[in-house]
Amino acid sequence: MAITIKRPELTLAERAYLPSIFAGLMTTVKHFFSTLSNKTKVTMQYPEEKWDSHLPSYYRGAPALVRDEHGRERCVACQLCEFICPPRAIKIIPGEIPEGARYRKVEKFPDQFDIDMIRCIYCGLCEEVCPEQAIFLKKEYAITGESRADMVHHKDKLYEIGGLKTGLVHKWNEKK
Amino acid sequence: MPSLPFTLSPEVQFALISLLKILAVIFLIILPLVSYTVYAERRVSALIQDRVGPNRVGIPMTLFGFKHDVNLPLGGLFQPVADAVKFLLKEDLTPAHVNKFYYWLAPALAMVPAILTIAVVPFGSTLFGVPMVIANVDVGVLFVFAIASLGVYGIVIAGWSSNSKYSFLGGVRSTSQMISYELALGLSVVPIFLVMGTLNLSEIVNNQIQNGWTILPVTAGLPSGRQLLLWIPMLISFVVFTIAIFAETNRLPFDLPESETELVAGYHTEYSSMKFALFFLGEYAAMITGCSIIVTLFLGGWSFPLIRDGSHGWVWGLINIAVFFAKVSGLLLFFIFIRWTLPRFRYDQLMRLGWIFFFEIALVNILVTALILAYVH
Repeated sequence: MAITIKRPELTLAERAYLPSIFAGLMTTVKHFFSTLSNKTKVTMQYPEEKWDSHLPSYYRGAPALVRDEHGRERCVACQLCEFICPPRAIKIIPGEIPEGARYRKVEKFPDQFDIDMIRCIYCGLCEEVCPEQAIFLKKEYAITGESRADMVHHKDKLYEIGGLKTGLVHKWNEKK
Repeated sequence: MPSLPFTLSPEVQFALISLLKILAVIFLIILPLVSYTVYAERRVSALIQDRVGPNRVGIPMTLFGFKHDVNLPLGGLFQPVADAVKFLLKEDLTPAHVNKFYYWLAPALAMVPAILTIAVVPFGSTLFGVPMVIANVDVGVLFVFAIASLGVYGIVIAGWSSNSKYSFLGGVRSTSQMISYELALGLSVVPIFLVMGTLNLSEIVNNQIQNGWTILPVTAGLPSGRQLLLWIPMLISFVVFTIAIFAETNRLPFDLPESETELVAGYHTEYSSMKFALFFLGEYAAMITGCSIIVTLFLGGWSFPLIRDGSHGWVWGLINIAVFFAKVSGLLLFFIFIRWTLPRFRYDQLMRLGWIFFFEIALVNILVTALILAYVH
């Protein structure tokens, strides 16, 4: 069934077009003066104004590895984050926790953990998939470097950004 | 003239003074005005869109090994300098598939007519006895229209030589648009010449000083009955001429040739660096020239109700130049606001307006003005 849509009937003023131009100009001029007199404040004058102090809690910044309050590095090098990372920014070389260490039963730790920040798209999938609550997206966003090699965050840099995180599940503790 | 140890014949004097005027107008007035019009467009369009626009400029000294960047004062006012440096340092690429001779010729052809037409516009009264117009020819406006028609060549040659479908479409559209609106452009100002009896732009300005601005006769005292009768045709002439100038300079709402949303960049898609800068500057120079003509014909040129002309001192001469460019700037601001207010015309709507609507209105306007003048006499 063909549905015919009627064109709207234009009044004489609308067909003349000049009154519409005038009305449009009124809108434009209103916006112009409103922005000029700072009544509309939308733009943040970076770097004089930053929003580091009031970033929303769900903001996705740079990914980082965390230690828990016992000082253990949470990552067990399961490589799930490396698998799920869409641009394949994460590179992990797992290592074995040696005999005689306190957490020997965990068995694996990341010998080498690199995140290429040029590739990272800050999607947060690594944080979502991690079964150990080891990798989190922090609030840091201004990541710079002078070469492509500089922009790769190695394990020490990741733990430095990550720091300490409390309130995590201690799944590797001894059973009560 | 300062006294020299030798005498110069009047012709040589005139040539030297004209050369000085040309250099001053191009390098001290037109090019800075074009650059700052681009900057003004960026700022004004940003403020209209609830954002800020470029408001800081600096020299990246850290690239050269220094510790801190130099932050230039006055907000973003040096942005045109930054743009100029960018255009100079950018890679100037000539694609392999273009017609090389015409590809190189087109930007020059686009820029030269726009700058050439400034030669007949009186942008001031006199300064130290020297009239502030480069060429005070008796066919002033005819010269403007003739040279402005040459502006079409730059665009059509750019579109054709770029050998790409977007450029070609943009060039073809622009050519037909500019040719169509030249009719309205020329015919819409014939009533002015009927009323003033001269094509000489300086004479037109003098006429407006005595009788009041063309669209505002009250600036020279109460308008006579004749002027009141002629006011409506003059207003129609003003509206049609301004709209035709919008179409001639490819400015929204007649923006199809370079419609960024449809044709990538239209006829200047394949151009980079300095050649693109020439197109860009040519478009804004054409806009400035168009606004200067509108100001000269309709808004009283360099005159203002209580301000004396340059024969009373060089200060008044400078003030007259400033008044002229203030009017041109106001009109440029209007152009910028219209660009960011109106949607683009569809191509068939555009052609219909040019050939059916404005052409006939301009013709009828001439007839009405002639009848009124015959009736008044």
